[in-house]
Amino acid sequence: MMASQATTAVIGGGLHGLACALALAVRGQDVVVFERSWVGRRASGATAAGVRTLGRDPAEIALSLVALERWHRIADLVGDDCGFHGSGQIKVAENPAEMESLAERARLTRDMGFDHEELIDAAELRRLVPMISPHCVGGLVARRDGAADPHRTIAAFRRTAEGCGVTIREGIAVTALEPDAGGWRVVTDAGTWQVRHVVNAAGAWGGHVCRMIGEPIRFGYKASMVFVTERLTPMIRPVVSAAGRTLSFKQSSQGTLVIGGGLQGSADLKTGVTQVDFHALAKGAQSARALFPAIGTVQVVRAWAGLEGAPADLLPVIGPSVRAPGIFHMFGFSGHGFELVPVVGEIVADWITRGRSSHDIGAFDVARLSL
Amino acid sequence: MLKPDLLIVGAGPAGMSAAVVAARAGLSVMVVDEQPTPGGQIWRGIEANAGTARGRALGAPYLSGLATVRAFRESGAVYWPSTRVWQIEPTLRTYVTGPDGTLMIQPSAILIATGAQERPAPFRGWTLPGVMTVGAAQILLKAPGTVPAAPVWIAGCGPLALLYAHQLVRLGGAVAGFLDTRMPAPLAGAARLAAGAVLRSGRELAKGAYWYADLHRRAGRYVRGVVDLQALGTDRVEGVRYRTADGRVEEVETSLLLIHEGVVPELHTARSLGCQTRWHAGQAAYVPVLNEWGESSVPGILVAGDAAGIGGAEAAIQRGRLAALRILSRLGRLPAGQEGAEAACRKALARALAPRAFLDRIFMPRENVFLPDDDTIVCRCEELRVRDLRGALSCSVGANQLKAFTRAGMGPCQGRQCAYTVASLIANVEARPMGDVEPFRVRPPLKPVRLCDVASLAEEAAPP
Amino acid sequence: MFRLLEQGRSGEDAVTIDLDGQPVRARAGETVASVLMREAEAWCRATPVSQARRAPYCMMGVCFDCLMLVEGEGLLRACQTYVRDGMKIRRQIGARHVVPSC
Ligand SMILES: Cc1cc2nc3c(=O)[nH]c(=O)nc-3n(C[C@H](O)[C@H](O)[C@H](O)COP(=O)(O)OP(=O)(O)OC[C@H]3O[C@@H](n4cnc5c(N)ncnc54)[C@H](O)[C@@H]3O)c2cc1C
Ligand SMILES: Cc1cc2nc3c(=O)[nH]c(=O)nc-3n(C[C@H](O)[C@H](O)[C@H](O)COP(=O)(O)OP(=O)(O)OC[C@H]3O[C@@H](n4cnc5c(N)ncnc54)[C@H](O)[C@@H]3O)c2cc1C
Ligand code: FES
Repeated sequence: MMASQATTAVIGGGLHGLACALALAVRGQDVVVFERSWVGRRASGATAAGVRTLGRDPAEIALSLVALERWHRIADLVGDDCGFHGSGQIKVAENPAEMESLAERARLTRDMGFDHEELIDAAELRRLVPMISPHCVGGLVARRDGAADPHRTIAAFRRTAEGCGVTIREGIAVTALEPDAGGWRVVTDAGTWQVRHVVNAAGAWGGHVCRMIGEPIRFGYKASMVFVTERLTPMIRPVVSAAGRTLSFKQSSQGTLVIGGGLQGSADLKTGVTQVDFHALAKGAQSARALFPAIGTVQVVRAWAGLEGAPADLLPVIGPSVRAPGIFHMFGFSGHGFELVPVVGEIVADWITRGRSSHDIGAFDVARLSL
Repeated sequence: MLKPDLLIVGAGPAGMSAAVVAARAGLSVMVVDEQPTPGGQIWRGIEANAGTARGRALGAPYLSGLATVRAFRESGAVYWPSTRVWQIEPTLRTYVTGPDGTLMIQPSAILIATGAQERPAPFRGWTLPGVMTVGAAQILLKAPGTVPAAPVWIAGCGPLALLYAHQLVRLGGAVAGFLDTRMPAPLAGAARLAAGAVLRSGRELAKGAYWYADLHRRAGRYVRGVVDLQALGTDRVEGVRYRTADGRVEEVETSLLLIHEGVVPELHTARSLGCQTRWHAGQAAYVPVLNEWGESSVPGILVAGDAAGIGGAEAAIQRGRLAALRILSRLGRLPAGQEGAEAACRKALARALAPRAFLDRIFMPRENVFLPDDDTIVCRCEELRVRDLRGALSCSVGANQLKAFTRAGMGPCQGRQCAYTVASLIANVEARPMGDVEPFRVRPPLKPVRLCDVASLAEEAAPP
Repeated sequence: MFRLLEQGRSGEDAVTIDLDGQPVRARAGETVASVLMREAEAWCRATPVSQARRAPYCMMGVCFDCLMLVEGEGLLRACQTYVRDGMKIRRQIGARHVVPSC
């Protein structure tokens, strides 16, 4: 049987896979995306969709600031505002010691030459978040940060990618990658494809794809939990986190509170089944209530845990494979990759089409994780 | 943390009967139920109503519940009324909230005996104040003893509608009219089933036939083969419009419409645990996949009663007992002298289920019961209409993606009222049988829980 | 919409609840939804999505259409909430509003 052909195959129909496919199509490539279940089924559909530059690992700051500017003009990219609101993200301090740690962080980013993180006092905190508990003493704010609507974002990226000619094949898993005459044979459970390049955007399964090409890595995963409440009238605009707690707190455009922050449930990579652990989630509820005492009697309506790949340093893997020419990685965003969606796909597309990118991605090299 | 041998969810006929068997054999048994008193749906309020005129009017099958409730009260099982189970994890760790706050329980086995709910059957206007289910009206009849203030219109089909009409009239209420939505009966097959059923359970059928005749006699009007049912009004029901079998469109004025299209198993709990389910065409419902003891595909989780597939109260009792016997033997605690118990239960169960196929057939809901017209609201919580969902279906695969795109099933009822319709729409659009369509994944909690109740768990010691 | 079968047995089993500021007589041991169904205005909330009025539908806790504000306890299912003397019940209009002082 003749293998089907494309210039590039993207493994994974999450937001990063879609964004890369779109960037490649814009650069004139013939692209096919393989998605084991359906587009957005994994981290991209489970995400809390915070657009956060605040508190990022120093290695990610520059990239995240580029992405942030794209979010503010996201409609230029995908023809829809994706429900993005740039209402800011604030990390709250509940006591002087926490305030001092935030001040130190502010100094660190300033010394690096960035000015997006700004220390605020209690009065400014209260102006921005009137509902915040009176015991909070201040915070660190990134005023242009915000949040988007994940499902609208998925729909917009999908629509635009398909509009540019990308082929999306859902319900098809890539099972093997074989080098072949200057390119790769992509073996799926529904036939074989012959391509020049392969993008590994397989999220939590990025390590599996690495194994397929003989590039084993040290790689873990997270099963972060989120819970959502009943609808409330508007009560808060920025996304709030806390210096001393695992918490991320925001209100969606429907009025529901979306509360997460990285509390861990459990998961099984083999089956993809994730499990919410309410005993662990209780801490998140407790944190939310400590910062917003008024919400104690609000009803929690839904909770879930989402799977996402995570190296030990919690930084993504971005860039060409070291062992397998023609394979490019973009996975392992460790619970904060939503913000980076508008930029990483372009970087990888530039590497594929021009052999380089104007962004420094040295910190994300797959070699750091080699076994 | 509490660690009973057996946790039973639901103190209806199934849960109570299981509790009696298990507790008498020496297991530590906990029974949790959202209602303040035992009895489940059929025997709701039995302890208060027994010995009253209302109790007598509700009938002998109702009064028969008192004996089971008494046995349950005396069984030694720990009973937690007014307490809701809102999450069960596959490790069997269970979360409950009740008068004593929120707790975690770690039992060795769980019996889901959560009963049934009325089949959600959307039609135009079904969200208006003044439209409620027959079951809801019957609940008001059992406690605190209220009836519709004016002669009432009832629409739909199913034994519960007939039973309610009968009980209502006996208590001095009145039926203005009954709009029967069944399709003309496929008599040949039904007759064969009826013959078999009459042989084995003539008495029950005679009772049903009597209710039916009674309704015919007493209802102001009895309209057969009703289609295109619609509740009219803006802020509340003002009337009902429908088409008769011969194509006439009729309208009646009323401020109350009771609707009933049969009952389906409460499947939320089992599905949230990943228990396998299947489509039961004969009952037009999804049911859990169980072995002959009620064991589900998830170890340690058993299901009995109407939650296991609609069978009625007597079947619920027997299935509850069988489940308890199985748990006893799995835990190595089956007392001597119980050898005959299983056979007796199985015999009684067979007897109770004998008329089922016939009942299922004659009360089979109309074919499009889950396929309303484009204008009808499907998801009551998010107020999504068939039209909205059909639009989204053109670019999504399956119920879960549809939910992500439209929010159908994301509201407080968590899909209890729209899961069937959504599955049926997908089957319809993709020309697939219902059995092939996977309904929404059930996301925790099983029922909404207050943030402060979740937060209170943070104080409890981490479970092992 | 509904009426009690046994009228007027006054005395111990009667309680009074406060429904949107109006005193309403109720039977001890009945649910808020059941009391509401005897009121002239038998509806419990206006939805957060479109402000459409809703009333109790299933009475057994599976439709969540009977949500009402039980003061101090949040938006609860009226059909699963049993009356207490003096209980303050509010119809919920639109989405719930939480205020810093509550
Ligand atoms: C609960 C939660 C909350 C989060 N909150 C935030 C937040 O607030 N802000 C933020 O910036 N980030 C957040 N994130 C992180 C963010 O959502 C992710 O980093 C991002 O969505 C990752 O996108 P992705 O495309 O790399 O991965 P995914 O969306 O997981 O996509 C990978 C896809 O690859 C497919 N796949 C895997 N293997 C194969 C194969 N062999 N063949 C075919 N297909 C395959 C999978 O099925 C999957 O759909 C959160 C994540 C979670 C889980
Ligand atoms: C509204 C309604 C009215 C009915 N009336 C009659 C009737 O009058 N006559 C008749 O023959 N049949 C009636 N039926 C059919 C009925 O299902 C069976 O006859 C019988 O009650 C089934 O017994 P069961 O033990 O399986 O469940 P049920 O009797 O339904 O008992 C289930 C119990 O589980 C509890 N429960 C469910 N979920 C939870 C949870 N998460 N946490 C805590 N508790 C929970 C419920 O409160 C309930 O008490 C009715 C069904 C419905 C839905
Ligand atoms: S009336 Fe349905 S949940 Fe209360």
